[in-house]
Amino acid sequence: MPADVALSPPRQAQPGPLLEFWRSFRENRGAVIGLVIVIVICLVALFAPLLAPHSPIEQFRGFAKLPPAWVEGGDPRFLLGTDPLGRDMLSRILYGARISLFIGLSVMVVSAVVGVALGLAAAAFGGIVDVVILRIMDLIVAIPSLVLAILIIAVIGPNLTNTIVAVTIVYLPRYVRLIRASALSELSRDYVTAARVAGVGKLRLMLATVLPNCLAPLIVQAALGVSDAILEAAGLGFLGLGAQPPTPEWGAMLADSREFILAAPWIVTFPGLAILITVVSINLFGDGLRDALDPRLKRS
Amino acid sequence: MLGFILRRAAITLPTFLALMFITFMLIRLVPGDPIEVRRGERGISPERLEMLRHEMGLDQPVWRQFLDYVWNILHGDFGTSIISHEKVVTEFLTLFPATIELSLAAMLLAVVLGIPAGVIAAVRRGTPYDQALMGAALTGYSMPIFWWGLLLIMFFSGYLGWTPVSGRIDLIKYYFEPVTGFMLIDSLLSDQEGAFLDALRHLILPAIVLGTIPLAVIARMTRSSMLEVLEEDYVRTARAKGLSPFRVIGIHALRNALIPVVTTIGLQITTLMAGAVLTETIFSWPGVGNWLIESISRRDYPALQGGILLISGIVIFLNLLIDMLYSIINPRIRHAR
Repeated sequence: MPADVALSPPRQAQPGPLLEFWRSFRENRGAVIGLVIVIVICLVALFAPLLAPHSPIEQFRGFAKLPPAWVEGGDPRFLLGTDPLGRDMLSRILYGARISLFIGLSVMVVSAVVGVALGLAAAAFGGIVDVVILRIMDLIVAIPSLVLAILIIAVIGPNLTNTIVAVTIVYLPRYVRLIRASALSELSRDYVTAARVAGVGKLRLMLATVLPNCLAPLIVQAALGVSDAILEAAGLGFLGLGAQPPTPEWGAMLADSREFILAAPWIVTFPGLAILITVVSINLFGDGLRDALDPRLKRS
Repeated sequence: MLGFILRRAAITLPTFLALMFITFMLIRLVPGDPIEVRRGERGISPERLEMLRHEMGLDQPVWRQFLDYVWNILHGDFGTSIISHEKVVTEFLTLFPATIELSLAAMLLAVVLGIPAGVIAAVRRGTPYDQALMGAALTGYSMPIFWWGLLLIMFFSGYLGWTPVSGRIDLIKYYFEPVTGFMLIDSLLSDQEGAFLDALRHLILPAIVLGTIPLAVIARMTRSSMLEVLEEDYVRTARAKGLSPFRVIGIHALRNALIPVVTTIGLQITTLMAGAVLTETIFSWPGVGNWLIESISRRDYPALQGGILLISGIVIFLNLLIDMLYSIINPRIRHAR
C-alpha cells in the first residue's frame, strides 16, 4: 500500500469542525458584531463591582433624580444621573447586566437539560410516554407565555428564583419538541440501527449516538432562548412580578418610572436601552450561529 | 374532511381538561387561608367558617370538588370576583372587546406594514434597503414592548402632545352606552362629533406597541418566503413572458409566498394575548390583560382563576379554528396527518 500513499495528493490541512464553523460564522458581519457586544456585556456583568462607580443600592440623599452628567444640572459623579431614590443609574445598569444574564443563562441551561431529557425520553420510549409528554407541552404552549408565567408566579410568589422557574417552564416545550423531532429522524438512520445491532444499550444509544447529532439545532435554540428569557423576565419585572426592589433588574427599574416620564426621561430611557442592546446582540449572534451551524435553516 | 376536524378537535379535549385542572389547583396552592382567599373576608367566626366551608363545598373530597368545578364551568359559571362581587364571566365579557379591538388594530398594522416591508427587502436583496429593513425588523423582534410603549408616550404624548396617555376615549368629553363594545364603532354610532377621531387617537399608540413584534416577525417571514419563491421556475417563466415586474412580484410570486406568512400570522394570536397584558398595563387600556394584572395586585384569586381559564380557553379554541381553516385552504395539511 505504500505506493498508494505516495500517489495520493499532498494532504491539505483539513480544518477542524470548530475552525470550519468560525470561517462560516465570521462571514456574517452582523453576527460578529453581535458576538463582540455579547462578550462586552458578559465582561461588564463579570466585573460590575470594579466598573460601577457606586453601590447599586446606595441612596444618595439630596441627589435624587439628577439628570445625566452631560445635561445641564448633571453631576459628573453620576454619569447617567440618579433615580427617584438617589441611586446611581449607571451602577444599577451595570449590576443589572449580572441579573439579566444570570436569568437568561439559568433558564437556558435548565430548560435545555430538562428539554433534552424529556425530548429523548419521548423519542426513545414512544407510546404512552411520548403522548403524555407531548400533551403537557401542548398545554404549556396553549397558554399565552406571559399569562402562564403570571399563573406560576401567583402560586409560588414573586422573586428572582421564581422568575427563573416560571420562564423555564414557559420555554420548555421548544426544547422538548425540537429534541424529540430531531431524535426521531436520527433514530431511523442506518448508523443508529447499526449501533443497535451492535448491542448498544438504550441509554447509551440515546445519549452517545443520537444526541450529538441533534446538537446543532439545540445550540441555535439555546442561544436565541437566552434573549427570549431575558425579555420575558424583564416583562415580569416590569409588572412587579419578577425581581423585587431593591434588586437592580432592568425590567423592575422601569416599573415605577412611569410617573417620571416627563420630569426625568433618563430614568425610563437607559434601563430599556440596556435590555434592547442585550437582546438585539444575542439575536444577531444567534442568527449567525444558525446560518453557520444549520445550513438547512439558513434564512439566505 | 369531517374526520380530520373531529380528530383535531378531539386532541384539544385533554388540553382543556388539563387547563381546568391547573386553574382548579391554582386557587388551592396560593398561600393563605382558603376561605379568605376565596371570599376576601377576614376574622371569620368558627360557625360562619363551617357554614362557608359547606357552602363552597370545601368539606367534600377533592375529586368531588374538581367535578363540581368542571360542572360549573360547563354551565358558564367561572366564579365570582371577591372585590366587585360580580360574575367573572360578566366582567370578562365587558372588558374583552377592548382587547379584541386593540389586537385587531395591532394585527392590521403588522400585516399592512410587514408584508410590503418583507417584499421590498426580498426584491432588493443585499441592498441598503434590505439591510435597513431587516435591521429594523431585528430591533422590533428584540423590543421590550413595555419600554417601547413608555418611549412612545414620552415622545408623542409628552413632547409633542399629539396623543392621549391612557384609556380608550376622553370620558369627560364623550359618553355613550357601549353597543358593540368596540370603541371605534360605538363612537361612530353615537353621532357625537369628534368622538371617532378621539377614539382613534387613543388606539394608535397601543396598537403600534402591540403590533411591533408581529410586524417584525411577518416582515422576516415574508422576506425569506419571497426569496424562495423568486427562484422558482414559474416566476422565471412569468418574467420571460414579458410581464411587468410589478405583476410578476405582486401576483405570481407574492401569492405563493404568502402561504407560510398566513401560517405565521395565525401563530401570532398567542403572542398577541401575552403582549396585550403588557400593552394594556402601560396604557391603562381597560381590557382583560390589564384586569388580570389588577386582579393579582388585589389578590382577587377567583377572578385570576376564571380569567386565565377564559383567556387560555379562547386561545386554544382560536388555534383549533385556524388549523381547520388551513386544512380547508391547503389540502396537503389534511393528508399529511
